[in-house]
Amino acid sequence: MKIVVCIKQVPDTKNGVVFNPDGTLNRGAMDKVMNPDDKAGLEVALQIKEKTGAEITVVSMGIPDADTVIREAFAMGADKGVLITDRVLGGADTWATSSTIAAGIRNLDYDLIITGRQAIDGDTAQVGPQIAEHLGIPVISYAANVEVEGDYVKVDRQYDDRMHKLKVKMPCLVTALSETTTPRYMTPGGIFDAYDEKEVTVWGRADLKDLDDANIGLAGSPTKIAKASDKVRKGAGEKVNLDPTASVSYIMDKLTEKHVI
Amino acid sequence: MDFTLDKKHEMARALFREFAEKEVKPLAQETDENEQFPEETVKKMQKNGFMGIPIPKEYGGQGCDVLTYVMCVEELSKVCGTTGVIVSAHTSLCCDPILTYGTEEQKQKYLVPLAKGEKLGAFALTEPGAGTDAQGAQTKAVEDGDSWVLNGSKCFITNGKYADIYIIFAVTDVIEDAKGRKNKRFSAFIVEKGTPGFSFGTKEKKMGIRGSATYELIFEDCRIPKENLLGTRGKGFGIAMHTLDGGRIGIAAQALGIGEGAIDCTVNFVKERKQFGRTISAFQNTQFKLADMATRMQAAQMMVYRAALAKQTQKVYSVEAAQAKLFAAEAAMAVTTKAVQLHGGYGYTREYDVERMMRDAKITEIYEGTSEVQRMVISGAMLK
Repeated sequence: MKIVVCIKQVPDTKNGVVFNPDGTLNRGAMDKVMNPDDKAGLEVALQIKEKTGAEITVVSMGIPDADTVIREAFAMGADKGVLITDRVLGGADTWATSSTIAAGIRNLDYDLIITGRQAIDGDTAQVGPQIAEHLGIPVISYAANVEVEGDYVKVDRQYDDRMHKLKVKMPCLVTALSETTTPRYMTPGGIFDAYDEKEVTVWGRADLKDLDDANIGLAGSPTKIAKASDKVRKGAGEKVNLDPTASVSYIMDKLTEKHVI
Repeated sequence: MDFTLDKKHEMARALFREFAEKEVKPLAQETDENEQFPEETVKKMQKNGFMGIPIPKEYGGQGCDVLTYVMCVEELSKVCGTTGVIVSAHTSLCCDPILTYGTEEQKQKYLVPLAKGEKLGAFALTEPGAGTDAQGAQTKAVEDGDSWVLNGSKCFITNGKYADIYIIFAVTDVIEDAKGRKNKRFSAFIVEKGTPGFSFGTKEKKMGIRGSATYELIFEDCRIPKENLLGTRGKGFGIAMHTLDGGRIGIAAQALGIGEGAIDCTVNFVKERKQFGRTISAFQNTQFKLADMATRMQAAQMMVYRAALAKQTQKVYSVEAAQAKLFAAEAAMAVTTKAVQLHGGYGYTREYDVERMMRDAKITEIYEGTSEVQRMVISGAMLK
């Protein structure tokens, strides 16, 4: 069995967030970590590896320095790693990113693809499902538990208020949640092997087939950021104490007033 | 000469720091207060490969270098001196002599499970009447058929009772020299917990590193197989001294971590604590004290890392190890004392970590060779 895990290097928000004057993230001024949901996805893959002997390939798209997260994945137990990096791929939104990563994954054999639910920098939760769409395979988002059974994966899909138990034929893609999985630590020896023994495969634009130039990089990104700002502090809000019937009327009036309905 | 760490060492440090912050720090105060050996933490360290860092992979270790091991002890000790010494005693004092002096069979039987984290190790040299003066040792081992029979006791043994495998030093021969003076010859032995005749006596009640289990070991006609002699008969003193050279680097790293941890706590505290309408970080007294503390620990770090590299690359590194331990231990004691002072009355309460750190720092000037012994080693090399 072969598993591909998509991981992203993101700014570490532990010591606060640093912005550029234009409101975008100042990534250079912040420490970098493996995105937490992606790390959870890698842990899910490693647990499957322990049971089935699956081979894990991690794939990341980013700047050359992002090879650090791939080596971190090696130190946790991943077998192979691919870094997709090229100046022409920079500035990609979720569409261009998922198009690019999907093209990279087409170069690989896979039964199961695992991504994190979302990255803590963009918070879109779009890239995983979009990759599945590009590859024409089913996607199960918000996977709290993943088990492999023959050619199928059994997944508990965790929504806020309910859980679905699904069984899906592979190949498919699942997106993992950091809330429900505690990733293992790297091992010291794993870190040494990651640098001394293992190689990160680096792919540029030329290595990616079936990829339209119209769908890559900043130019191929339909999303345009009109404005970015720091979090706006919400007011204290309004508290009312009414009986249920009056509450419903009150809320309906407010929603109408705000043009929500 | 390059003072920057490469990427793999940086990543290893990040790992140890994350583990220390998440798994060790939350329990540090409780471990000290209840004098409780942190068994769960040790299990986690065993699982994550922290107990065999510099041991080659072929013997179940992680195949890393001495510097990585030293950084592990340093980062753990930043938040908990007890946890730091558990790793140090296990690795430097038990795994290392088996790696250096053990037969292939001994390495397979004892080193592999120790380095894999399946077993915990300890080292027993000190006796009630023999600390710095090893000639005062009374524990004897007598050859009897296919066995050695041990009688005597050891004291102040770190990881005592919790360890599975012990390196024990005992007198096997007494040699008379030309002037008729009697000299004891020691030998080293590997002894397993549970061997009949091997028991544990009193647990020490200590000033610091209170979660570390410090026990008396008692041997009463304890019979061990002949093949458990470690190294050559009569060469135990040399084995002990060489092992302690390595151990001192581990303790120097522990002292380094304790001092650095106290600085971290103090920087946070002085930025919060207000007196005369200002945070106390605004006072030059605070600033100058902090500068001295940081400079001292920075110097200690360079010496400890240098000693680690010396152990990695040199056959003899006694002086580097002694200097690193001497300097780091005295720096840790001075820095933690200043840290308590900057905390004022709060620093004297057990609610604040610096109180524990000052108590923990003291032992680094005493065990695995007192600061006075380190001065003997250093000057001895200068004057020979």
